[in-house]
Amino acid sequence: MVIDTHKCVGCKDCVVACKTENSVPEGYCRDWITEEARGAFPTIQLELRSERCNHCENPPCVHCCPTGASHVHEPGGVVLVTHEKCIGCKACLGACPYDARFINPEGYADKCTFCIHRVEKGLDPACVSVCPTHCMTFGDIDDPLSKVNQLLASRRHHTLLPEAGTKPKIYYLT
Amino acid sequence: MTELFTLKHNPLVDPAMHIWAWQIPVYLFLGGLVAGLMILSGYHIIRDRYDTDRPHGHYVTAPMLSVALLSLGMLALFFDLEHKIEVWRLYMTFEVTSPMSWGSWILLLVYPVLIASALLNFQEAQPRLAARYPTVAGVAEAMRSRPGVASLIGFANIALGAGLGIYTGILLSSLAARPLWSSALLGPLFLFSGLSTGAATLHMLTHIEKGEDNSYGDFLVASMVGWIRPKHGEHEGAVKLAHADNGFLTIELSILMLFLINLSGSSAAGHDAAALLLTGPYAAVFWVFVVGSGLVIPLILQGLQAANRIRPTMIPALLVLVGGLVLRFVLVYAGQASHWPRIAGF
Repeated sequence: MVIDTHKCVGCKDCVVACKTENSVPEGYCRDWITEEARGAFPTIQLELRSERCNHCENPPCVHCCPTGASHVHEPGGVVLVTHEKCIGCKACLGACPYDARFINPEGYADKCTFCIHRVEKGLDPACVSVCPTHCMTFGDIDDPLSKVNQLLASRRHHTLLPEAGTKPKIYYLT
Repeated sequence: MTELFTLKHNPLVDPAMHIWAWQIPVYLFLGGLVAGLMILSGYHIIRDRYDTDRPHGHYVTAPMLSVALLSLGMLALFFDLEHKIEVWRLYMTFEVTSPMSWGSWILLLVYPVLIASALLNFQEAQPRLAARYPTVAGVAEAMRSRPGVASLIGFANIALGAGLGIYTGILLSSLAARPLWSSALLGPLFLFSGLSTGAATLHMLTHIEKGEDNSYGDFLVASMVGWIRPKHGEHEGAVKLAHADNGFLTIELSILMLFLINLSGSSAAGHDAAALLLTGPYAAVFWVFVVGSGLVIPLILQGLQAANRIRPTMIPALLVLVGGLVLRFVLVYAGQASHWPRIAGF
């Protein structure tokens, strides 16, 4: 997923769409908005980011899971949790440097699924489909001709906490 | 100036992670203690296997105590699970990259080895119980008559004890997202802390264990006064245990120092994590209960006992046990408070 931080206005439509689409319990969220400001007046810079699970290529949450509930879904490399297999040990919550997971009130570890149920039908994730500024682009990073790759080739971008070594798959255009 | 504002608000995770409460430190402490007891028992079983004249009270008491303590620890772990009904799934798979999966299977192997260890000296240490349960005594005798079996049980105790002790540390260090835990030294640290608490437990047993002719009332009195008054006739054993415990405590203190030096000199996140213990909100508990009364004071007291300068008592053993428990609490709580820098530095 590629997110253009110049287009994001922090309207939280993506948050509401995710909660509605995935019936996320009240008081919890699978995606959220972060505002990062830096510098000193009058040269302050602001970045608005829609954040969620980074569906890392090297996912520590999957490596530490004792039951195999956390797994990488193929094809696509989406990190998912099989709810029925999760014992709620919370090791994955501790392993995620992005704090992207939480414990669903039903007892299992919960997080963004990239709306895999929609993607498998050829649709975009709910957050992408509702974004009023079209700041989010979802696609196949392994396809050199995909729109996400074209965007990454044409713009400066960064990921979150690359130093954690998890190889996150969400890129922010700056 | 960098400022971060987020709307994220998940319980247990935001604003600061607190996914693990008392259950995990208690489990790690009891697991480490049992690991220490197993290694010490294994060593004694191998060393004393031909010495049938000595009553080996501890060799029955220690494994049975281990079974009870480990069960308590696993109960604490079970209380921590959020999806308790699915706990059986731990034993439906083996996940090679998951320390928790390794630990689940190690724990399953530990129980039969502990019971076999208790049986090995059952007849000599508990003659009345042996007379009451002749079948158990028969099995115990059959095991005892084969030196190879005793050796096997001894080595199994050491191997599984080491595995269990190291695993309790690796469990945390595998969660690299928390800079405080991101160190391979946690494995040996918890192993030697387990050994020191195991030796302290045996030390306490030498003070309070019931003699053959004592009544239950005497045992209770001995339990109550044992920590201030030495028991007659057990000085040699107590001094040996004090020596062993001091060795473990010295190594534990060295590893703890290396762990903090390594962390302080690593990344900014590691430096901040070490500061939580050294000067931050956990510093008072860490310095007073872990380093002071948990390591340095017992080292001095047991050193004086070993040199016959003071009478051996249960006090240093008690301090070591409290220090070991607080070490787990401090590391689990401070570890959750440590985190990578949240700014992206765009």
